[in-house]
Amino acid sequence: MAEYLIKNGHVFDPILGIKGEVHNIAIRDGKFVEPSALTSSAKTIDASGKTVMAGGVDIHSHVVGPKVNVGRLFRPEDKLFKSPLRQPKNARMEMGFSVPSTFKTGYDYSRMGYCFVNEAAMPPLHSPHVHEEIRDTPLIDNTAMPVLGNNWFMLEYLKNGEIENNAAYTAWLLHATKGFAIKVVNPGGTEAWGWGLNCVTINDPVPHFNITPAEIIKGLIETNEYLRLPHSIHLHGNNIGNPGNYTDTIDTLKLAEGYSPNCDFGRDQVIHNTHLQFHSYGGDSWLNFESKAKEIMEYVNRQKNLTFDLGVVTLDETTTMTADGPFEHHLQSLNHLKWANVDVELETAAGIVPYVYGKDVKVCNIQWAIGLELALFCNDPMRSHITTDHPNAGPFIRYPRIIKWLMSKASRDELLHSFKWSEKVIGATNIESIDREMSLYEIAMMTRAGTAKALGLSHMYGSFTEGLAGNVAIYDLDPENMPSDPEMIEKAFGRAAYTLKDGVIVVKDGDIVGDTPKSTIWVNVKVPENKQVARDVSEKFLRYYSVNKDNYSLFEEHLHNPKVIEVDITA
Amino acid sequence: MDTVTVTLVNKPELIIEAYNITPDAFAGKSLEEIGNLECHEGNHKTALKEFFTITGKAGATAESTKIIVKGDCTRVKRIGQKMSAGEIVIEGNADMYTGGWMLGGKLHVTGNVDAFCGIQMEGGEFIIDGNADNHLGSSYRGDWRGMRGGLIRVGGNAGSDVGTFMIGGTIIIEGNAGIHIATHAEGGTIIVKGNAMSRVGGQMVKGDVYIFGTIDVMMPGFRYIGDVEKEVDGKSATFAHYIGDLGERHPTRKGEVIYGNLYQKI
Repeated sequence: MAEYLIKNGHVFDPILGIKGEVHNIAIRDGKFVEPSALTSSAKTIDASGKTVMAGGVDIHSHVVGPKVNVGRLFRPEDKLFKSPLRQPKNARMEMGFSVPSTFKTGYDYSRMGYCFVNEAAMPPLHSPHVHEEIRDTPLIDNTAMPVLGNNWFMLEYLKNGEIENNAAYTAWLLHATKGFAIKVVNPGGTEAWGWGLNCVTINDPVPHFNITPAEIIKGLIETNEYLRLPHSIHLHGNNIGNPGNYTDTIDTLKLAEGYSPNCDFGRDQVIHNTHLQFHSYGGDSWLNFESKAKEIMEYVNRQKNLTFDLGVVTLDETTTMTADGPFEHHLQSLNHLKWANVDVELETAAGIVPYVYGKDVKVCNIQWAIGLELALFCNDPMRSHITTDHPNAGPFIRYPRIIKWLMSKASRDELLHSFKWSEKVIGATNIESIDREMSLYEIAMMTRAGTAKALGLSHMYGSFTEGLAGNVAIYDLDPENMPSDPEMIEKAFGRAAYTLKDGVIVVKDGDIVGDTPKSTIWVNVKVPENKQVARDVSEKFLRYYSVNKDNYSLFEEHLHNPKVIEVDITA
Repeated sequence: MDTVTVTLVNKPELIIEAYNITPDAFAGKSLEEIGNLECHEGNHKTALKEFFTITGKAGATAESTKIIVKGDCTRVKRIGQKMSAGEIVIEGNADMYTGGWMLGGKLHVTGNVDAFCGIQMEGGEFIIDGNADNHLGSSYRGDWRGMRGGLIRVGGNAGSDVGTFMIGGTIIIEGNAGIHIATHAEGGTIIVKGNAMSRVGGQMVKGDVYIFGTIDVMMPGFRYIGDVEKEVDGKSATFAHYIGDLGERHPTRKGEVIYGNLYQKI
């Protein structure tokens, strides 16, 4: 395997505290090593005058699985005039914009210098589909989080306060689906949707199960820390996307008070609140809709056991898709476009609706501002991560644009003042008064170091520490001579000068030039034997599931290139 | 106005995607440059000169360029796609997507066209002397934004799915039309001088449909509200006026609910 010495680049590594100083980075056998460990056959990459960061780590993106695929199928127009014809250098055809094909997904992430993506929602019953698509998505390592916030087993165990049983079930489910972490979507509300209802606050009881979202969230935090999982619970809370929901969000976040992480993977949080932008709304209707990013961040900045990602609205035409079934129905009744809805037996549901975030729509502009405000008000970028909740608030290929907005007040102001209703937008947000411009060091926190840490994967990704995967992104940006035109920032982050994945050059000058195997990472927790849970699982499969228990678990052939993280709580 | 004549001489083995035969692409170019414009034969990228001889002279702008297409273009797709100005005359037949996403100018086909012609048209004039196949002036598959403006006139018959998701503009069919006229329409006008089959105006929110002949099966979501005298395409006649589709949502303007209108000549 080739050895590389990346010379003279300006290195940004928040884990090692390197803030743009010139350093040499050495890779051997696909891992970072000391430069002295290289042999004379090492090849040199000249990175002088360029920015060098560890490969990007995305904490929340919907890139694989049945929901994404339904999006691809029911939006042929998403591919129209937006699918580049096959480039001779690329291995495969690329298609689509907001729901790109698997190959385009892998290539686009790689072009942006990303090497890892956490799939945000895996319906447990459909885990084979998720893993088969992971196999077909090149150049990025993946994890996938099974959706647990409305699962019947969990609802019953937590109703009875049986954390150990719930943990044993969760460990079984992670093993059966080759999952990575506990994803919670609209806890209780998606199950209530089966009755045509919803849980709007954390105290609305779930019909039939008679448990509240607050009890579910607390129970799942306890389960997560009992299992000592690498990642915390990954929460999409109740009442997403509605004016005035910020109080529900703060109520939800307050549930983390008193809990502290219990694991060996170095994370500090017990709740990761995903796409916080959709949960930071004031006002009581779309007419007086306003930003409450400041109020949310005043709380989050104080609470050290929380992390979040942004979910920035990028003002594009996109496709919304979430396990929050009732929300998608609500959205469809607002925009009257096509709507797909699926119920996944005892586990979860999903809805999909195309959405156009118009540049001249006041509400969309305010949403745009809120996403950026959250980042700009946050005093610890290690806990604040760049996402678009791809493809819900916009496609992931807009990350470079978000970086531009965060790094340049001029570019934010230019867009803000070009809005048709800019005065009203300014009145309903704080963005015009914020002067903060984020540094490359802070961007490295928000896109690799912080995300890897929050995922509990800082032993694999996010830094140049010796022994970590040799994932490198080299951007054509000179930190000592930053371009005066903010567009150049977007361009540099969109087309990496080099991307190395496991020590192989896969992108050069923004084009795909190489291929290397990718991995699926999952978590195997060894728990004490639990006969009660084993009996409950068998019984539920006999009585309710449409599949046999033996056909439910992922077969070996579906799992691609696995890397397992072993956790033993019996020791 | 300067005229370029494009003649198909080498019959292609597969279908040609001739998206560059537009006044916009030809304007300001020499004959050699026009011959080198890209086209696709199947998935193979090639150039117009491989199939066509090109004579005449292109104007400096799209407005001042006229293109005459000769030869059997039954298997040439996408002529006039996204054209914004100028004029194209196709002497004979043309394949799918002719005049698709057209923004302006004039496109005249003296023969027949295949399916998906004039889809998502925004402006200009598109005249077909012969017949048009399915999805005339319709939306692209999956898209909810259909024809927005301009005029399509068909001398013969049209296939099914005329004007799906239509928002604006006018489609006039001198002959008969197939099933599914103005499905999901939210505006625009469709005039059928001959007969229509079934499912006229299904899920229609707004817009006007005129049928001069018979309708095989009326949609149950339409309600008769009276007879009206109307002048349509220069002819006056009495029509039975139906509103619908009552199963669909309808916007309100000044307290009045807006329906789709279906007029059938008595």
